[in-house]
Amino acid sequence: MASLELHDIRKAYGDTLVLDGVSLTMEPCEFVAFLGPSGSGKSTLLRIIAGLETPDSGEILLEGRRIDQLAPGERDVAMVFQHYALYPHMSVRENMSFGLRNARVAKDEIAARVAQAARVLEIEEQLDKKPGQLSGGQRQRVAIGRAIVKQPKLFLLDEPLSNLDAALRLRTRVEIAQLRQRVDAALIMVTHDQAEAMTLADRIVVMNDRRIQQVGPPMEIYARPANSFVARFVGSPAMTLASAVLIPSDGGFARVRLGDGAEVETRVTEDGLPADAPLHLGLRPENVAVTAPDAGTTKAKVELVERLGDRTLIYARLADGLEVTAQDEGDSRVRLGDEIGLRIDGAAAHLFGPDGSGHHAEPAA
Amino acid sequence: MRTGSRWRRFEGFAFVGPFLLLYIFILIYPLILGIGISFNRADLFGARQWVGTENYARLLADPVFHQSVVNSLKLVLLIVPALTIITLALALALNRPTKTAAVFRGIFFSSSVLSVTIVTLIWRFVLTPDAGLIAKVMQALGRDPIPFLSDPNLTIPALAITTIWWSIGLPMMLFLAGLQQIPGDIYEAASLDKASRWTTFRRITLPSIRRTLILVVMLQTAAQLQLFGQAQLLTAGGPSGTSRPIVLYIYEVAFGRWELGYAAAAAELLFLIVLAVTLIQYWTVTRREPER
Repeated sequence: MASLELHDIRKAYGDTLVLDGVSLTMEPCEFVAFLGPSGSGKSTLLRIIAGLETPDSGEILLEGRRIDQLAPGERDVAMVFQHYALYPHMSVRENMSFGLRNARVAKDEIAARVAQAARVLEIEEQLDKKPGQLSGGQRQRVAIGRAIVKQPKLFLLDEPLSNLDAALRLRTRVEIAQLRQRVDAALIMVTHDQAEAMTLADRIVVMNDRRIQQVGPPMEIYARPANSFVARFVGSPAMTLASAVLIPSDGGFARVRLGDGAEVETRVTEDGLPADAPLHLGLRPENVAVTAPDAGTTKAKVELVERLGDRTLIYARLADGLEVTAQDEGDSRVRLGDEIGLRIDGAAAHLFGPDGSGHHAEPAA
Repeated sequence: MRTGSRWRRFEGFAFVGPFLLLYIFILIYPLILGIGISFNRADLFGARQWVGTENYARLLADPVFHQSVVNSLKLVLLIVPALTIITLALALALNRPTKTAAVFRGIFFSSSVLSVTIVTLIWRFVLTPDAGLIAKVMQALGRDPIPFLSDPNLTIPALAITTIWWSIGLPMMLFLAGLQQIPGDIYEAASLDKASRWTTFRRITLPSIRRTLILVVMLQTAAQLQLFGQAQLLTAGGPSGTSRPIVLYIYEVAFGRWELGYAAAAAELLFLIVLAVTLIQYWTVTRREPER
């Protein structure tokens, strides 16, 4: 049976539509990340699932049971809040047992569950402290513990890593991955950080502009973005989108000409591409290599060099003004202002139609 | 360096100086003067005769003073708990961002800006047995009017009601300020934790505004122990002293009987009572509170 099902969820605040017909089905124990920029509706969707907001229309089912008309406490979901939302005047132990006491769970059962969660999360020493006496990372773990003890059917994590510093963020990312192994429940995590979504989730739901843009496993989202928004939003640095027009080719694969006249032979089938319409060629940095000025597909002038150690990112500008991101070796000799050649790997390039829809290279047989 | 830090110290005094002077002149000095006078037989024209603790000894044996202390304590017991509960309930009801709530906050606060004269005038219209609002209602129902201002059993409750009506504004605002400090997400966490409305109030709201609650109770206790204007204007302490609070007693002794030394001694005792009651309250509620 499916875990969570969303059917055509709509929500507006006054005249502002924030969710427009969102539908989604989750597998049992699946980990899904809602990824999108601020204002994409991802947090609102999470709050609707939790019952903290009411949708204007649509249905929500959890393991077959309709929950959208139930109170938040009746839905069998637990939530880890962005700012933890721990009860400041209760001890860690009371924070974790509060929900169970309200649900009239037997006392020894509560004690056993709290002890178990505290041991797993390594907060046994903190059980009698107040949240104000804990560090940020400890509070985060208490918030996770408070969710675990409820043994919910669905965990909701609202930007769980956004309040942590870089070192703690990595550690907590590991913790969330472990949480996923430990619990027999589905998880939804809201994030605007694609690295979190890519590393943790089974599937990513990319949201923008009130709608789901694409749902799929991380690598599919990266390799076959459904539209130009997903292509630009996922991947860092972002994919270059270059205006292009189709030119005649033989062999059934699309051949395009860029604004500066360079021609690229792609592995995207020509069928389904609108003839005579403006297209965009999508190039990930790793598919654009640096060459000697006349050895590549086209020429460019270097505007910024980012040395990352293992690789170097080159931000260059073509003759027609288009900015392209290319990738070079870690010990690249390219310098600011250099004239360089760029070799575009057409076989890995993407094409986007006038409506933004993505067309991708056929996987090599 | 040394002169610099000395100058800095002086600079600090320059800021608080004007206020400090005024404070010393109109509060600290009279307070000490009052203590001095309380050991004298004194009148309003400056005659002083040292009598030691005689004024205090007389006071402790004075049944009229005893009666006024009891009256004041009764008033505190009637006013403070009721006022605290009513203003907390109002604050809870009006703690929402709607226009209606803002209008009602204004209405409930408006009584606080009236002077005690106006307040007692209004309540005289309501309470007076011959033509008051309540009397008219009782008559319409075919009942006898209730003699709020002359029945010894009803004067203290009448004073309490008047005072509560007048004093609602400030505690309500303090509670509203306290409630608005509580982050909204812990209420959301509580709703996901299946907390009922009562549990949420008892386990989340009440502990979060604990300090405000202590503040309101202490401020109101100290204020109502010094209740004066309403009693003087509504009942003049009558009948036969049954509604005379301590300050009215002090006033009558000082400016009616011109026994300034005796009145000063009563004022010092009132000061000690206020200090003792508020300190006891503070200790009882903070004793169990762990350091944060």
